Amino acid sequence: MAHETTSANPKVNYEYRRRKARDEMRGQVTSFAMMIFMTFIAFIIVLADFDKFYAFPILLVLAAAQVVLQLYYFMHMSHKGHGTAALFLYSGALIAFVTILTFLTIVWW
Amino acid sequence: MDMNKKYTARTWPESPEKTTLEGKNKFLGFWLFLGGETVLFATLFATYLALKDKVPSNDHYLAADMFELPLVFIMTMLLLTSSLTSVYAMYHMKNHNYQKMQTWLLITVLLGLAFLCFEIYEFNHYVHEFHHTFTSSAFGSAFYTLVGFHGAHVVIGLGWFTLLLVRNAKRGLNLYNAPKFFVASLYWHFIDVVWVFIFTVVYLMGMVG
Repeated sequence: MAHETTSANPKVNYEYRRRKARDEMRGQVTSFAMMIFMTFIAFIIVLADFDKFYAFPILLVLAAAQVVLQLYYFMHMSHKGHGTAALFLYSGALIAFVTILTFLTIVWW
Repeated sequence: MDMNKKYTARTWPESPEKTTLEGKNKFLGFWLFLGGETVLFATLFATYLALKDKVPSNDHYLAADMFELPLVFIMTMLLLTSSLTSVYAMYHMKNHNYQKMQTWLLITVLLGLAFLCFEIYEFNHYVHEFHHTFTSSAFGSAFYTLVGFHGAHVVIGLGWFTLLLVRNAKRGLNLYNAPKFFVASLYWHFIDVVWVFIFTVVYLMGMVG
């Protein structure tokens, strides 16, 4: 097939693929550094003894940001062909959100 | 397609995990499973949040009395680093460097094992120091179910990697086992995703109040 993607002819673009993989790996290490940085901030917020009115939202945003990095870079969701994967995961996440919201609001003893 | 065909770095396809039909199916099925896992852990988080610090009498310890930042910090670093090492393993898998992939997966397993040892120490510490057990309170049941379920996932992930490494030790990397390694590494990343929420929601938010 003339319009095949690069994967069909691995021999020709070997050098290109190597370089692309190396660049991507560099991006992975950067996202790892960011995750470590966010983890540090999260622990410092707890050590600094902030009021929970401020601490809770910051901690949750930091967690969400870390998870996005993990999903889109470490788990490659930023790559092509992850539409159905995203549909499955976000459907699960929607139910997850509603479940937690429900338990936080109707369980009161 | 001959699944056991020998490849070299130059003939290896760009997305070996999705080159065969079986690989494609594994990939899709596994993401569906991860969607289900998300819901599973959500139910456990919801239960924990509803029952946090719900104890029958004043002589029970609460979350803020027991949790210690240094221990959680070490565990977080171990699991986060193990996530990066499995990324390195998949990087070498895509470059068809089987030996380096095995090495990085082995490092991943060792880091996961260290995490598990700390978790066992932690649970043991709570039981003996604070009499915080599975049956001591609703708080205890919810805590051990949530964190223990995550720990069980770590055990399964470690077993999975180990079995793959042992079974494919002499086979070399081909289109038969590449999707298997890839899916196992997805599972390992998902374990880290869940841990991010556990250390945030259970430990950090538990210590703030």
